[in-house]
Amino acid sequence: MAKPGFTVAHLPGFATIAVGVFVCLYLPIITLVVYSFNGGSSIAVWQEFSFRWYSVAWGNEAVKDATVRSLVIALSASAIATVLATFAALGTTRRAPYRGQTFIYVMINQPLMVPEIVTAVALLIIFASIKVATGYHGLGYLIAAHSAFCIPFAYLPIRARLEGMDTVMETAAADLYASAWQTFRYVTLPLLAPGIAAGAMLAFVISLDDVVITEFVKSGGQDTLPTYMLGQLRRAVTPEVNAISSALLALTVALLTAFFLLTRKRD
Amino acid sequence: MKEDIAVTAESVVKSFGHGAAAVRALDTVSAAIRKGEFFTLLGPSGCGKTTLLRLIAGFETPTSGRILLGADDVTDLPPNRRPVNTVFQSYALFPHLTVRENVGFALKMLGRPASQISARTAEMLALVKLEELADRATAQLSGGQQQRVALARALAPQPKVLLLDEPLSALDLKLRKEMQVELKRLQQETGITFVFVTHDQEEALTMSDRIGVMSNGKLQQVASPREIYTAPVNRFVADFIGETNFLPVTLVKEGARLGSGEIVAAEGKGGVLTIRPEQVNVVRADKAGAIGARVENLIYFGTDMHVHMRLGDGAALVARMPLPPGGDGGLAPGDAVGVTFAKGAARLIEE
Ligand SMILES: Nc1ncnc2c1ncn2[C@@H]1O[C@H](COP(=O)(O)OP(=O)(O)OP(=O)(O)O)[C@@H](O)[C@H]1O
Ligand SMILES: [Mg+2]
Repeated sequence: MAKPGFTVAHLPGFATIAVGVFVCLYLPIITLVVYSFNGGSSIAVWQEFSFRWYSVAWGNEAVKDATVRSLVIALSASAIATVLATFAALGTTRRAPYRGQTFIYVMINQPLMVPEIVTAVALLIIFASIKVATGYHGLGYLIAAHSAFCIPFAYLPIRARLEGMDTVMETAAADLYASAWQTFRYVTLPLLAPGIAAGAMLAFVISLDDVVITEFVKSGGQDTLPTYMLGQLRRAVTPEVNAISSALLALTVALLTAFFLLTRKRD
Repeated sequence: MKEDIAVTAESVVKSFGHGAAAVRALDTVSAAIRKGEFFTLLGPSGCGKTTLLRLIAGFETPTSGRILLGADDVTDLPPNRRPVNTVFQSYALFPHLTVRENVGFALKMLGRPASQISARTAEMLALVKLEELADRATAQLSGGQQQRVALARALAPQPKVLLLDEPLSALDLKLRKEMQVELKRLQQETGITFVFVTHDQEEALTMSDRIGVMSNGKLQQVASPREIYTAPVNRFVADFIGETNFLPVTLVKEGARLGSGEIVAAEGKGGVLTIRPEQVNVVRADKAGAIGARVENLIYFGTDMHVHMRLGDGAALVARMPLPPGGDGGLAPGDAVGVTFAKGAARLIEE
């Protein structure tokens, strides 16, 4: 066996630091999940194992309402963001380089750079005047706002995939009589699918998780799961919050696993 | 004669980049490729072979000049509207489709009925002997098999011209020889015009009906393999194809005068005499009409021997001769010998 010249394993304290980081990352989450099964009313004192708070959360109309709203927003916003991000990614990789390309990248990734609170305040102001002008108070504002800040998260994996794809495939399609649309439909899109799935999933999770922009943009009675939980924390804190968080965690892990299995099969 | 031409390039120029950084990949190339012929573009790396192929396929547009397919000017036609298909060097098989779907791709894009697609696909798979692998993913195929799929896919829509960009360069020697025979068979069976790119002169000489030798973006000579070998038009072509000797000469009434004073008969025109090593005979020094030379070195190649010599004026000359049984033909370095050229073999070329 060849002896590697350098491995980080030989650095003093490297293993200790690595273990420490993992503990810091996962201990809070494990605690959260464990206490979601606490039979008592405290989030700090363990009493007995029970599903009590899961059934409380399940029976809570406000939680159900917020969950449905969160899912509707996340599904719509991630769908819209993914479609727009796909076009943006095609427009920035599948054409001859043009002036101002870097500027376009910056524009597309704006939500990653501008502090969220600034966007939130800006949206609050503009949506407030639109609400007054039109009288419309529906979920549209939240969906629009979520779509906008989800675009870069969908864009990055799609663009990465497109850049990794050899354009000779598209050249070959054109050579074999495919029109521009047929090339996109039968070659680019199927090859891009894993990138699109990754982008959509990332956008979905980001939207599901958002608090700041949602808090500023939502009208009365438009709580999403995160803003509902934030509201709860200001009042009595029970392990119900742990139960909801654990369920959210389970959903995210399930999504990630499904995505991992799907893409592994494809490639 | 015009109707026998499949592809015409008319004064084609292709430059990449602008201003001082511009690269002239093709410099006023004109050529006429005949219907049904196996035409090879041969030249060293970077001479513009791929660029010319891409212009015929429509992946690039010329900076100036025209490309014609048959009688039609296709200079501004996109690749999907040219009756031309390409076998890419990297094969470029679609990884998300099976072998069968790859082969049927073009017909599907052309909107042919499903029954016709499946019949033609089966026919193509039989032609390249891949029936058993029809439902495999292309990633599960060997290099040689991928090569065959690429060929079947490009031939399925019955193009007027098939372009092949160094299709054999990724294969090992044995498979390469097999595919050379296979390609020639496919070309003869289908009767389709093949434009084949290679930088391997032996491949070009064995497979082609005609060869176009390129260098530096220019087409140097277009001729049959035999003519390219025996009657190269310039030093580049003579040097690129096989081994040869170059001797500076001055033209006189009786023929060409060597630097050492002897006068030899030579055809062609130009200031350089070229003669293939196998056309140089080594004879006794006192033989009448022989050119005086001195043996410098002997190099053995199995059945053949190379005799490196110097003429009276110091010019180098190599002769290639079959190795006499069990010996060195009585030659040794330092020997004074005579040299004659086979009749009609010496040619004059331009620098
Ligand atoms: N897209 C491009 N942009 C800039 N220069 C290019 C481009 N394509 C080709 N060239 C240049 O044009 C010249 C000819 O290239 P080409 O690919 O036609 O050579 P080739 O004969 O096919 O060589 P090889 O045997 O290495 O494949 C080269 O100098 C190359 O650098
Ligand atoms: Mg090339």
